[in-house]
Amino acid sequence: MEFFHTIVAILESTIRVSVPLIFAALAGLFTERAGVFDIGLEGKMLGAAFAAGAVAAVTGSVLMGLLAAILISVLLSLVHGYASITQRGSQIVSGVAINFIVAGSTVILGEAWFRQGGRTPALGADARFQTVTFPFADAVKDVPIFGPIYTNLLSGHFILTYVAFLLVPFSWWVLYRTRFGLRLRAVGENPGAVDTAGISVIWLRYRAVICCGILCGFAGAYLSLAMSAGFVKGMTAGKGYIALAALIFAKWRPFNIMMACLLFGFLDALAIRLQGNPLPFIGQVPVQLMQALPYILTVILLAGFIGKAIPPKAGGIPYVKER
Amino acid sequence: MSNPYAKLPGWAEYGLIPVVNLVVAFLVAGLVVLLVGENPLKAAYHMINGAFGRGEYIGFTLYYATTFIFTGLSVAVAFHAGLFNIGSEGQAYIGGIGVALACLWLDKTMPWFVVFPVAIIGSAAFGALWAFLPGWLQAKRGSHIVITTIMFNFIASSIMVYLLTRVMKPLGSMATQTRTFESGGQLPKLDWLLSIFGLNVGNAPFNVSFLLALLAAFGVWVLIWRTKFGYEMRTMGHSPSAARYAGIGEARITVIVMMISGGLAGLMALNPIMGEQFRMQLDFVQGAGFVGIAVALMGRSHPAGIIPAAILFGMLYQGGAEIAFEMPSISRDMIVIIQGLVILFAGALENMFRPAIGNAFARIGRSAVAAQTRGA
Repeated sequence: MEFFHTIVAILESTIRVSVPLIFAALAGLFTERAGVFDIGLEGKMLGAAFAAGAVAAVTGSVLMGLLAAILISVLLSLVHGYASITQRGSQIVSGVAINFIVAGSTVILGEAWFRQGGRTPALGADARFQTVTFPFADAVKDVPIFGPIYTNLLSGHFILTYVAFLLVPFSWWVLYRTRFGLRLRAVGENPGAVDTAGISVIWLRYRAVICCGILCGFAGAYLSLAMSAGFVKGMTAGKGYIALAALIFAKWRPFNIMMACLLFGFLDALAIRLQGNPLPFIGQVPVQLMQALPYILTVILLAGFIGKAIPPKAGGIPYVKER
Repeated sequence: MSNPYAKLPGWAEYGLIPVVNLVVAFLVAGLVVLLVGENPLKAAYHMINGAFGRGEYIGFTLYYATTFIFTGLSVAVAFHAGLFNIGSEGQAYIGGIGVALACLWLDKTMPWFVVFPVAIIGSAAFGALWAFLPGWLQAKRGSHIVITTIMFNFIASSIMVYLLTRVMKPLGSMATQTRTFESGGQLPKLDWLLSIFGLNVGNAPFNVSFLLALLAAFGVWVLIWRTKFGYEMRTMGHSPSAARYAGIGEARITVIVMMISGGLAGLMALNPIMGEQFRMQLDFVQGAGFVGIAVALMGRSHPAGIIPAAILFGMLYQGGAEIAFEMPSISRDMIVIIQGLVILFAGALENMFRPAIGNAFARIGRSAVAAQTRGA
């Protein structure tokens, strides 16, 4: 029973840490499927988390915080779009630039506006997302097996958590069952064909980039308004890159993304849990190995040793209509 | 990729456009300073004074520049072969192992000029090893080098945390660092070089690895523009299909270029470890690998451009500390913003002002021709 409770606790924190990964990886899915590589997920998430924390602290409204997060993240996406779609600059370089600009300015502006060492003020209950308790969660708490699963694992998460998991089938539906999704995927594989069909490649890619911004906004808002009570400098701590790894690990497919994010989240949760405790049968595992595992797995996958990850064909190449 | 823009004279291509991009980046950075409620001109004054105002400040500026020359060259070499090595950060970090091992092994028995060559070989070898894998994976298994090198940065960081918390730190010590090296593991300062100009280096850790950096810059120039291998890698960078048609082995070039790039990044570790701290500490690279991207972009991947670009970033790092001291609301994170803006304007948006500048040149050219015909 003790073991079972431990498992439930680890799975619960798995869900908690996977949510920002799911948002960010789905964000990356939209742009990369449209042929715009984005290693600026980290920066957009960080910028969104800062905007959410700052605005929620000033207005005291969680909704305003979320809107600010989305706004900033979309603006950053448009900078990336302008550089890589309109100016046909290097998408990688542009993403790197955005990561740095955001990493620096969140600290400078946070310190200038709030003077708390780069933090935003701690948020009260109204300015944060609250957890949702399912009906009868308290009543069934003591039922063996089912009780802990229902009360701790399914119920009691933030509303954004449920949004994240609902976004997975929704993204699938948008990408695979709508005209917009078909065109978006086509523009990432063969933009010339899309252009021939009389559809604007530029405008389609801009829309994909905006979708990415909106989702990164959710990811950032989750970090500063749900997972913690306010913004802390550098709070994304590489999550944007893990999300990028998950996106590749999932071979650019929505349901795989969810599973990859849960796997990477599980490794993270396990690493926290195992700090100093030996694992049964294996013994002491260095925390650093657990932390590096998502990256190692992605490298192995990319090298084609477990299946083959084939990126969208036109990814990373700016579209030139004609010379 | 063919260039859709009109060809500009050399001085405009390599001088004017980078300067225009740089000025715009600094103007935007000035806006951030305004937003924080400080005077950008005053900040600029403190920065320049803090970077060049005294011999000691110049020493610090050149110390930082040494680091950035290495990482800038590392990124630039890969650029020439059409490869984007974001992994200089991790390669420099792993390169530190080579330096630390050489010093821990020899520092008590040998003088610095014996330890130094061993450390050079060690750091370059470890850095090259860390770049070999992504290069090999790209060449043979087709995995994207950008993604692999990002992942390798994180893996490197985990390895180093493991080594410095469990393996390489002295028994019983709590600090995550190796023991302090004896005199054999300490590089002499270049105080004589500055004293030629009548400057006193003071406490600045400006050391002989600066000369190694200059040597490396020269070596990179020879490699890229004066050897057959350099020609092959530039061909591959300009047009992979042309390179394939000419019978140039892509896989071989990719792997060797990445190893050279990683080796140059690894050399960076000499400067902080043997030149300043005399021990290997956690996180000693401090983002220098990423600064290398900005330096390479600004220097147009040419050693002659990389050295001034590295000195400029050295100025930002040293002068930035001075601004942080004089204006408390502008911390050293300002440098990170400027770095990002330089990468954005000199890299991703490098063509933003090109049409306007190109048109201006075309107009001048036309009127000059018109004037000539009228005269005749």
